[in-house]
Amino acid sequence: MKTIKYTIQDELGIHARPAGVLVKEVKKFQSKITLEGNGKTAEAGKLLAVMGMGIKHGTEITITAEGPDEDEAIAAMETFFKENL
Amino acid sequence: METYTGKSILKGIAIGRILFYSKEEQVVQRRSVQDVDAEKDRYEQAKETAVRQLNELYEKALKEVGEVNAAIFEVHAMMLEDEDFNDSILNMIEGQKVNAEYAVAATGDNFSQMFAQMEDEYFQARSADIKDIAERVVRILQGRSGVDTLGEEPVILAAKDLAPSETVQMDKSKLLGFVTELGSSNSHTAILARTMNIPALIGIPVGEDLNGKMAVIDGNKGELIVDPDKVVLEEYRGRQEEQRRQRELLQELKGKEDITLDGKHIKLFANIGSVGDIAKVLENDADGIGLFRSEFLYLEKQDYPTEEEQFQAYRSALEMMAGRKVVIRTLDIGADKQADYFQLDHEENPAMGYRAIRICLDRPEVFKTQLRALLRASAYGNLAIMYPMIISVDEVRKIKRIVASIQAEFDAGEIPYGKIEQGIMIETPAAVMISRELAEEVDFFSIGTNDLTQYTLAIDRQNAKLDNIYDSHHPAVLRMIQMTVENGHKGGCWVGICGELGADTSLTEDFLKMGVDELSVSPAQVLPIRKIIRNTRLL
Repeated sequence: MKTIKYTIQDELGIHARPAGVLVKEVKKFQSKITLEGNGKTAEAGKLLAVMGMGIKHGTEITITAEGPDEDEAIAAMETFFKENL
Repeated sequence: METYTGKSILKGIAIGRILFYSKEEQVVQRRSVQDVDAEKDRYEQAKETAVRQLNELYEKALKEVGEVNAAIFEVHAMMLEDEDFNDSILNMIEGQKVNAEYAVAATGDNFSQMFAQMEDEYFQARSADIKDIAERVVRILQGRSGVDTLGEEPVILAAKDLAPSETVQMDKSKLLGFVTELGSSNSHTAILARTMNIPALIGIPVGEDLNGKMAVIDGNKGELIVDPDKVVLEEYRGRQEEQRRQRELLQELKGKEDITLDGKHIKLFANIGSVGDIAKVLENDADGIGLFRSEFLYLEKQDYPTEEEQFQAYRSALEMMAGRKVVIRTLDIGADKQADYFQLDHEENPAMGYRAIRICLDRPEVFKTQLRALLRASAYGNLAIMYPMIISVDEVRKIKRIVASIQAEFDAGEIPYGKIEQGIMIETPAAVMISRELAEEVDFFSIGTNDLTQYTLAIDRQNAKLDNIYDSHHPAVLRMIQMTVENGHKGGCWVGICGELGADTSLTEDFLKMGVDELSVSPAQVLPIRKIIRNTRLL
């Protein structure tokens, strides 16, 4: 299991568009990827669940990947969040 | 005949029958079904149709109103394919043996409730999106059509209010104009109307009784004339015909390249003073923004705009232009543009005084705030930063050092920024004379002809007594421009003109022959200039 922490920089928080791109990104991996923050947990591949977390600007979230390709998955997540959120 | 007065969104005339549009309440009945698998299939097919509709809408909106406005439909399609959303519907059909319409409506309600109860305003607003997609699927299941089909005859659409998604979905060829009771001139829908170039009025009382009546929208006066008499109708028909002829001539040039007869590509950009002007830029099909005056952020405030406020404005400009070049000029305040909180002293000769880059380099904290906002925004599009009132190489080097130091801070703090071009305004004779050296320092020049004329001829632009000798076609000015272009090219810069002379159609051909690479003009001038570019042969 691999874990990273990231603080959301985007002004709107995890909003619809990047959440949608995230879902696509997550589907590239076999590992189970989850997000945790604001007292909630959601699978990163589920758009409405991720948006339902209501993650706002400045919130620290924890991203976890677990599975055969967890190293690649977590590296991709780190890049994705830095570039998009 | 009855006349109502409202507020005009777009000048122009529309004549036709009114179609009163109101969002019908969806009635969904709960039915028991026997064949659960068949019902699930019905849902899957309706969903596929909905996703396909949304993808088509996205493509249509992308072409008509740009990426930022179109994104909503892409998100809607993704929401429809969400695992939880689909599981809920399928489980309901299976577990409760209910019809697909009911399962979709109930699931839509549940998810929409979840968002409505969230704290943040942005997420609350998403509850409308969920409703929207659920309604779309139910509509397909019920075999009804939405707003996308307006009927055969083109109409004037009247509604209490229109959502942006409803506006974009309408078939433009069936839409003559629209009239709404609610909405503001800056609302998303109004911006879309401008972008789509459709006469529109807001603030007109709208009711069912208007349905089917003949009407005229007079966008110049902001009037809706219902049941016009014969004379009035004929008069408007004549005016409409005249406008149509004028517009057609220029509209033909939309989407065409800015390329001379012998194949040189010219950058034809637009000048703007605020984010609100971007709709006009898109409407007139400019290929970028060649001068975005950032002063508006400062002049409309009582105190210095924060980095965050500026960042938001720059970012939305870049996003709206979706990858096309946006040249933002840093603060050009002083002389005729004043803001009290800057506490600038009264000057004997303000045009030659404490202004523009001189203030910025003297008050680095103000300058750095703006540069930080610009660099943060650069991650969202194709940004170029332009510095005004340059007279020396030393100034440019100082500025570049400040920019580099901010970029280094960003690297350390892992704040994203994009690749930018940096350039300067050429508006002082000094800058023209040392343009060869300046060209080595920057990526582009943009010639500000208003100030350059004033400084070259030593004529105060504000002095009405001198209007008769203020000659922007003076050979001294034109030679200055020629020299700037030649020296810019030697140093690898592209060279443009963003002053009023850039839109002077009597000089366009001369400028192109001098080798000018870019012309930045007011949005309304874009198509007339395009016409000349496309008819010019350079050699």
